[in-house]
Order: sequence, then structure tokens, then C-alpha cells
Amino acid sequence: MVLGGGDVIRFQNVGIRYGLGPEILHDVSLRLEEGSFHFLTGASGAGKSSLLRLMYLANQPSRGLISLFGHDIATTPKRDLPGLRRQVGVVFQDFRLIDHLTAMENVALPLRVAGASEDQVREHVPELLSWVGLSDQIDARPPTLSGGQKQRVAIARAIIARPKLLLADEPTGNVDEHIAMRLMHLFEELNKIGTTVVVATHNKALVTGFAHPRLHLAKGELKVLKAGMPLPENDDEAESEGLQ
Amino acid sequence: MPSAPVLPLTRDASSRFLPWLIAFMVWLAAMAMAAVLVLSSFGNQWRSNLTGTLTVQIAAAPDGQPATSEQRLNRALDILRKTPGVTNAEALPLKRISDLLAPWLGRDVVTETLGLPIPRLIDVKIQPEANIDVAALWERLNKEVDGTQVDDHGAWLDRLIALAGAVEAIALAVLGLISIAAIATVVFATRTSLTIHRDVIELLHVIGAKDEYVADQFHWHALNLGLKGGIAGVLLATATLLGLGSLWSGVESSLLPPISLKIWQWACVLSVALAAAGISTVTARITVLRALGRMP
Ligand SMILES: Nc1ncnc2c1ncn2[C@@H]1O[C@H](COP(=O)(O)OP(=O)(O)OP(=O)(O)O)[C@@H](O)[C@H]1O
Ligand SMILES: [Mg+2]
Repeated sequence: MVLGGGDVIRFQNVGIRYGLGPEILHDVSLRLEEGSFHFLTGASGAGKSSLLRLMYLANQPSRGLISLFGHDIATTPKRDLPGLRRQVGVVFQDFRLIDHLTAMENVALPLRVAGASEDQVREHVPELLSWVGLSDQIDARPPTLSGGQKQRVAIARAIIARPKLLLADEPTGNVDEHIAMRLMHLFEELNKIGTTVVVATHNKALVTGFAHPRLHLAKGELKVLKAGMPLPENDDEAESEGLQ
Repeated sequence: MPSAPVLPLTRDASSRFLPWLIAFMVWLAAMAMAAVLVLSSFGNQWRSNLTGTLTVQIAAAPDGQPATSEQRLNRALDILRKTPGVTNAEALPLKRISDLLAPWLGRDVVTETLGLPIPRLIDVKIQPEANIDVAALWERLNKEVDGTQVDDHGAWLDRLIALAGAVEAIALAVLGLISIAAIATVVFATRTSLTIHRDVIELLHVIGAKDEYVADQFHWHALNLGLKGGIAGVLLATATLLGLGSLWSGVESSLLPPISLKIWQWACVLSVALAAAGISTVTARITVLRALGRMP
């Protein structure tokens, strides 16, 4: 079933719970149009990562309807899901790099999984690694990399296969302000060429420095805030906003 | 530089112990297989060795006179030699019978001094394909010479063949049980590997790897382990069988038919290695695909 024409993602009354636990998010309805750029904010534990997990099809909602690139996930045959997942790039909060593979092999993974030729791998991977400033670390394994370097490998892996949708969970959590800005500009570049982007973050400077609408999670509910909405004044509210 | 495998399965503990377990199971299976092959040919060999003969026993004459006994013997021989299908009928000489009895009864037993009534034996050679009706022959002999017994070794042979059949059935059961044990072992080893590499597998799943992509890696790994174990096990089994064969041929007995496996039978025994590799590969693949099928 194809739903919602130009929407990359569409949620209708989605609820999330883990096992028999309480519902973490209730009645989430949202639409991400193709080429949009959103921040995803909310206090720690508000459910940002959980929402993203639904978007990259790692979890199923406990209720409600999700459609990705116009495909209703509940009715899409299982064998078609890998094809949808390949169009989504994910930067995980905990990177999830494979320790025994080199930076090069980690970044090459989405290409290899999709059956790309070794020529393509050799052509694109080193180029992207040098773009994120890791040309010296091509053959390094993740355990020998710093937090910020790992993060950049994770970002390179997320975008190597030119996904239509990029989901980044705290992509600037481990890098200094300068690199954070550089990465944000990279995301903006990708967004300009048509990639739909969602960036979950606690970073106040990012949210205020870049004019993008905000998906905000609080008390299990999702609110969509327009770009440039005033930020909360007092610290208590800032805490609830999850911004530092 | 060839790229490293995404799943470092060769580093799992199971990669070290599984080939040995498989080798052990293949050795057992190959021995059971050899037993089945040998035993299934036993029955036929025994039958063709023994069905060519009958033993006829003539009871001693009621009056105890050696002359009467001799008469009865000749009459029986006469009947036997006229029976179609009998190629030869020869009385066992008294000397041979006394030799046979000597260890129990002493040297003098068949001489007139003791006068013990000794039954006489006739060795009858028949054409195996003649299909002589032993019961009818028995009846005919008894009409002329009462107290005659005909032994076609049938009862004895039947029991021996039943025994061989039972051993064969047990060997087949062992073969079946080993296959089940092998499958269970591979299932558990594969599940352990899936747990060890759950993070990487989940990552592969999320970046759009098809279940077959992951299953392929387990597939080739299991094939490799299965072949290693299989070949080791079959080599051990070959050495064992050759050793047993030389011990066997050292036993001089008409009861033990020669047990040389034919070429096709050796092929069966060696194919246990391939079966092990096949079982290991298919089981690992199915286990992985089923586990991945449960992922969202
Ligand atoms: N696998 C899980 N099983 C059970 N509960 C979980 C699981 N993952 C997350 N949760 C719960 O769901 C809630 C939301 O967690 P989530 O990781 O989505 O928050 P978050 O907004 O990403 O937080 P942070 O900013 O710290 O990363 C938390 O209460 C957490 O305890
Ligand atoms: Mg999180």
C-alpha cells in the first residue's frame, strides 16, 4: 500500500512501548516531507532514540501506522524491508562500529551489503573518509580512534550509500564546537542535494544556530516547533527541553 | 588486501571445538555405517555357504546290532542319492565319529567292548538352487528308516541371521541418533554464535543486509568446520576399519565370512564426511534464517 505521496516518513497515532513496560510515546503523528531538515529534541529519556529506531525500522510500533517512502510498513512484505532500510542512513548514538574492521571497511559496509563492486568501494570510501578528515585513519580500527574520530567514521558510514533519509542520533555529542559545526554543514550540504535529515541533539548552539524546525518530545508527546521559535527562558524549562 | 569477514566467526570458541565434535561423531557414524554394510552382506554369505549342505542323522538300530545299523545307513544313503538335487551323500566314517566323541566319552566308545548305540551321520551335498523340500525328505527317510533326523542348519542359521539383523538395526539406530546429535550440536553452536555477534548482526540488519547475507557467512563457516571435522573423522574411521580388517582376517574360521568392503561400500563410509558437512551447513543456515526471521 502506498501512502502519503511526497512524504518520506509518515506516522499516524504511533505508540511505543518496550515489552510490557509503560508507553513511552503516545499518539505520535508526523510527516517529514522530502528534502526537509528537522532537529529532534527532548530531555534525556524522552524517547528520541526510540522514535528514530522506529524510523529506521529497527523496532515496530506497539500501535499506529508508519509509512516510509510511501510504503506502509505493517503491510510491506518482509523481503522488501532491506531495500527500504538501504535508503536510510543512520548515525547511532553509540556509533556501533565493528571493532575488528578498519575505518575503511566499516564505512564500506553499506556498499558491500548492497552488493556494490569493490571498484566503487575503493573509489568512494577513501574520498569520503578524507572529507570527514580521517584520511590518516583509513586502516585504523575503532578501538584505536578517539570518540570524535569514531563519530566521524559513523557519519561517513551513514552517508556513503547516499541515503534518501539521514537520521543522526546525537551526531555532535563527542566532538568540539568546531567539528560539530563542520558536521552540521555537511548535513546541510546533503540536505541541499535532496536528503531528508533528522538530527537528534541536546546541543543548544546547534538548534539556535541553524534555522530548522524542531520535533520536540516531552511527557510522551511530540510537538512540532517552527524554526526560530523562542527558546525557554528559565533553566527549569531548558531542562525539560533537554538543551544545554 | 582481502577484506576481513564482517562476522569474525572463526574466532568463536565453537570454531575450535566443533570440528573435533564432528570428527568424533563422523568416526562413530562411519563405524556404524561399516557395520550395517558388513552385516547386511553377512546373511547372504552365510546362507550360500551353508545351504549347500544337509546333515542327516540316523539313530542307532533298536536292536543295538552294528550290522543292522549299517543296513539302515545304506538304505538312507540309497534314498538320498536317488533324491533329485542331491549331488553327493557320504556317511561320516565311524572313525571320524569316534574322534568327535573321544574328548567326552573316551576312545573306546564305539568299539563293541562298550557297545554304546552311536547314531551315524551322513553329509549331504545339494545344489543350492534345487530347492529340496527338507520336510518331505525327512518324512520319506523316516518311513524307511525310523528315527532319522535331517538338519539343514536352518534354525541355527535363522538365529544367527536374526542376531546379525538386530545388530544391523542397532547400528542404523546409532547412525540416526548421531545425525540428531550432530544437528543439535550445530544448532546450539550457531545460536551461541548468533548471540555473540548479535550487535553486528543487528547493525547489518538495520543497514539493509538481507537475511541471506548474514546466513551466507554462517553457511560457509559451517561448511568449513563440517568438512574439517568430517575429513578428520573419516580418516580415523578408515584407519580403524583397516586395523579391524587385518585382525579379522587373522581369525581362521568358516563362521566369519571375509569382511572386505567393496569400493562402493568404502564410498558410503567416506561419504559420511560429506553428510557431516552437509548437515552442518544446512542446519546452520536454517538456524540463522529462523533467528533473523524473528527480527522486526
Ligand atoms: N530496549 C529498551 N528496553 C526497555 N526500555 C527502553 C529501551 N530503550 C529505551 N528504553 C526506555 O525508553 C525511554 C526512552 O529512551 P530513549 O533512549 O529513546 O531516550 P532518549 O531521548 O534517546 O534519551 P537520551 O537523550 O539519553 O539518549 C527511557 O525511559 C528508556 O529507559
Ligand atoms: Mg538517545
